[in-house]
Amino acid sequence: MTSHPGLRLAAESVVLILATFAATALLFALFVAAAGAPPTGVFYDIYLGAFGSWFSWQNTLTRAAPFMLAALCTALPARLGLLVIGNEGALVIGGVAAAAAGISLNGVAPLAVQVGMFVAAAVAGGLWIAGALALRHYRGVNETISTLLLNYLAIALLLWLVGGPLHDPASLNKPSTPSIGSANMLGDMPGMSVHWGLAYGVIACALLFVLFRYTTFGFAARIIGGNVRAAQLNGLAVARITLIVGFLAGAAAGVAGMVEVAAVHGRANESLVAGYGYVGILVAFLARQNLAMIVPVAILLGGIEASGGLLQRHFELPDATTTVLQGTLFMLLLASESLRGRIFPIRVQEAN
Amino acid sequence: MEGAADLGWWGVPLALLAGAVRASTPFLFVSLGECLTEKSGRINLGLEGTLVMGAMIAYGISFLTGSPWLGVAGAAGVGLVMGALHGVICGLPRVNHIAVGIALMIFGVGLAFFLGKPLIQPSAPQLPGLALGAWSDSRAVRAALNVNALFIIGVILTFVMAWMFRSTRIGLAIRTVGDSRDAARAVGLDVKRIRLLTTAVGGAFAGVGGSFLSLYYPGSWNEGLSSGQGLMAVALVIFARWDPIKCLYASLLFGGAGALGPALQGVGISTGYYLFNATPYLLTLIVMIAASSRDRALAGAPGDLSINSSS
Repeated sequence: MTSHPGLRLAAESVVLILATFAATALLFALFVAAAGAPPTGVFYDIYLGAFGSWFSWQNTLTRAAPFMLAALCTALPARLGLLVIGNEGALVIGGVAAAAAGISLNGVAPLAVQVGMFVAAAVAGGLWIAGALALRHYRGVNETISTLLLNYLAIALLLWLVGGPLHDPASLNKPSTPSIGSANMLGDMPGMSVHWGLAYGVIACALLFVLFRYTTFGFAARIIGGNVRAAQLNGLAVARITLIVGFLAGAAAGVAGMVEVAAVHGRANESLVAGYGYVGILVAFLARQNLAMIVPVAILLGGIEASGGLLQRHFELPDATTTVLQGTLFMLLLASESLRGRIFPIRVQEAN
Repeated sequence: MEGAADLGWWGVPLALLAGAVRASTPFLFVSLGECLTEKSGRINLGLEGTLVMGAMIAYGISFLTGSPWLGVAGAAGVGLVMGALHGVICGLPRVNHIAVGIALMIFGVGLAFFLGKPLIQPSAPQLPGLALGAWSDSRAVRAALNVNALFIIGVILTFVMAWMFRSTRIGLAIRTVGDSRDAARAVGLDVKRIRLLTTAVGGAFAGVGGSFLSLYYPGSWNEGLSSGQGLMAVALVIFARWDPIKCLYASLLFGGAGALGPALQGVGISTGYYLFNATPYLLTLIVMIAASSRDRALAGAPGDLSINSSS
């Protein structure tokens, strides 16, 4: 193979990801065959349901939008070497904040309501995760476990609010907040039936990629991720950067919640707890925490989810089929990390 | 719960006690399993998937064979396999344990919903309750003291595990591996193998916890069966400071907090009940904040555990 170490690493990443996909496809083929469905037909349907037509593409992109935003909640702290899994909680808090803002701003111009919902969701989600990273920085509280706990607190808060203070008496079967008003909903982007959440996701990923790749802030974050002590000795404002990264991460997931409320449900209720946060973690890992890779990976997973309906209709496979596929892919991906550095080993020359 | 109303306000503590015992059983099993795994220095965040798989398999086996106890055994078996899967993948170099747990959770829940689709309609034979309240004339007291055998087994296992950690060679080996893998290697312990075994057996515990959900309370199989008991195992073990006996108390507390809502509803208080459900999570967070500090690991945690802040 090539002798350049950088190319070698890149080639290794490509080989590993292709091998992971191949192994996942093989296991999944055996799985659906055991369930009595023809594997080739299933794969063709996944392709058709995900990317086979303009209709499928729109469905896929709509599903991918919240995944992009939720994935940022894990991928940004990962720049600092932190593992945040509070995506679901930040999404839920953002959704509730957006609904509250939308209701209280009712009557103002729709654009102002939408800006208000966006800001409320970003601030609420941002503070939610920034708080966890503050506990990490100042008290050494493990951020993985604290954000896991915060997911439950967020869901409890949501259920309490929609059942009590923000309850709409008309919502009997599923306690909800009042509607934000159909005039205030985020509509579809021009020329397609995909809502504006997709644009939010793509723009957020692009802006944050630039921030982390080409600015001194991003450079400082990389140094902190490499070695906190060294960063402190160099006089970097570790506390400030950690809190800002936490805020941006939570704000992204919060905006995902706002999109769910303002573009999909029109109100906040238990439907916000749809597991998008956990899919976001999967997207972040599959993208190897690389901000530029989040958009295509989210579209891929959105496509897998979008194909669930077709599998159900053609082969009577349960809708959990796509979850099994996601779980298998995630596990094999993590296991494949152990092969890194072994496919094209780099021989280090001894110093003289 | 039924029967609580005819005792008036006295029904609240009684319903609470009954609810705590009943709702705590799955918490007890998953927390004992997670405690065993974490004592050896590994963390399994995938017990939610294991729990749901256990619930589905137990229900399925009970339905097919007519024996709920065979269902419990099947749940333990599938839990063992899923725990071993986690153990094997985490035994590979450069693999993120937390992420493997989340992957296993997604996989397990998906697989359980996939395979369990045909089990939503039929009803399977249930585990019997032990009527410890047969002496009483009050229907409410009898209902409250109707305790499931799995709870009793769980309590016995709690003390067995505490004794094992304190006074046996195996317990010492697990603790050594969990506190320092270098020290464990120095005395000739096989770190990988011990961690694989504790993760596998921990998974079996979680599987049994799941069987309680589908075979006793709530006692059916559907996709909303688990309310996150498996994910909470990690928090419970932190709350219990890696002590099996405290896992029992913590499970009763977590179960009781969940039972407080319905018990209060029984006497007409219905608002704010979700906030009560959330108190255990808030308490765990407070315990973590209190027990952490910037320059030392979480107090009481196994030294080699990957959630320690010193990493």
